Amino acid sequence: MQNILSVQSLTKKFDDFTAVKGISFDVETGSIFAFLGPNGAGKSTTIKMLTTVLKPTSGEIRINGYNALKEQDKARSSFGIVFQDYSLDSELTGYENMVYHSVIYKVPKAERDERIKNALEIVGLWDRRDDFVKKYSGGMKRRLEIARALVHYPKVLFLDEPTVGLDPQTRKSIWNHIKSLNEERGMTIFLTTHYMDEAEAMADKIAIIDHGKIIESGTLEEIMERTETESLEESFLKLTGRDIRDENGNGGNKMRFMRGMGRRHGH
Amino acid sequence: MIEVIYILWLRQLKHYWRSKARLIGSLGQPLLFMVAFGFGFGPMYTRASGGGNYMDFLAPGIVSMSILFTAVFSGLEVIWDRQFGFLKETFVAPISRTEIMVGKTLGGATIAMIQGLIVLSLTYVLGFRIPSLASLGLGLIFMSLIAIFFTGLGLTIASKMEDMHGFQLIMNFLIMPIFFLSGALFPLENLPPAIYFISRIDPLTYGVDGLRGVLSGMSTFGIYSDLAAIGTLSVLVCIIGALLFSKVEA
Repeated sequence: MQNILSVQSLTKKFDDFTAVKGISFDVETGSIFAFLGPNGAGKSTTIKMLTTVLKPTSGEIRINGYNALKEQDKARSSFGIVFQDYSLDSELTGYENMVYHSVIYKVPKAERDERIKNALEIVGLWDRRDDFVKKYSGGMKRRLEIARALVHYPKVLFLDEPTVGLDPQTRKSIWNHIKSLNEERGMTIFLTTHYMDEAEAMADKIAIIDHGKIIESGTLEEIMERTETESLEESFLKLTGRDIRDENGNGGNKMRFMRGMGRRHGH
Repeated sequence: MIEVIYILWLRQLKHYWRSKARLIGSLGQPLLFMVAFGFGFGPMYTRASGGGNYMDFLAPGIVSMSILFTAVFSGLEVIWDRQFGFLKETFVAPISRTEIMVGKTLGGATIAMIQGLIVLSLTYVLGFRIPSLASLGLGLIFMSLIAIFFTGLGLTIASKMEDMHGFQLIMNFLIMPIFFLSGALFPLENLPPAIYFISRIDPLTYGVDGLRGVLSGMSTFGIYSDLAAIGTLSVLVCIIGALLFSKVEA
């Protein structure tokens, strides 16, 4: 199969506002796909729909050949996800979090211990497996979440801003892990990030979303050429403008900072 | 399926067991109620009932109370799961919402049962005696039905709550009235019509009455009617809970 993920006219309407407006795109098997956009552009809503957390208003999503709405469980077994916010049980140990995940993802019992050990070794947490997650640092939690997402052998790994709030060392090590997963196991990576240099270094293909629509997509070179810029950051700013967006961005209430004054305008 | 339910159940038991402060802390209230009411109202009850022992009346009520609070709280814990993001981890797994609901109900109900059993053994220290093994067995059935009903109720409420801000509202306007008007502390006789009516639609009334029937031989409605009432209600709340739960978005 060529496209591990295929999205057709995906739309999400909330009460009075359309967060995602009929977007379509494909992600090639084995590639690294960066999905970029300013806060409130529709990025998180899209990733929530792709990972079956949120029901689309209309449109179609196919993951690993399965319809994400009609064959939900098969689609769910096909991907792993690291959410933007931590989603670990801090009252359990690292190992217990892994076991919980293996069971709810129906990893065969005979393979469980071995797979958990492998995944924890990949992210360097095997020695800390019996510590409670509440004792972990931010970077360790992220690594545990990545290890957890690998245990059921997903075909696609979704990473929603996986390096937010981490120091440069940890960020580098996390991207190295991800890169090697992609190269050695051929795992498709779908990522979002606000660090343009990370996207530049990692992604085979890039799509930029703003106001619920994909406004540009292609390889880094293609995008830079079309926007006549020297870096992804410049293209990004050129495409999406320099206004500062509201964090939760439900469209209408965009926050604009007037030059140097930080004054808030209307809603 | 069974293993998924088991791991959800196990997680809740681990939480309960590891939080010793909660375990011990939640024994304080029933103990206080038993000592204060037991010794405070005891003599009055004996005079009014013509020689009855208030502890025989009170003990099943206090056991029910501890199950009620532990169960509702266990159900509401799902709100914490949502706030800490863990609910998403469970919700995007290839398992059904019904499995999640069943696992969580059994987990919460088991914790409530353990809490009820600890309180029941404390009543022994205060002089309460269960007549026979058979009545203990029947008592366990009533206790587990109370536990299941109220864990299910907690989960059902939690599926409609965004965060813990509404917690006080639920406690003071739902759970406390359910407790005080269930006949756990005083007999439901000669009441004003409004209170009488509320006590009759209070699910815990039938749990307490049945438990008191099998443990102390005092029952207003008869234990079979109680069993039918609390049994039916448990099934009902689990179905409603599962339906609402299936619509929750993490």
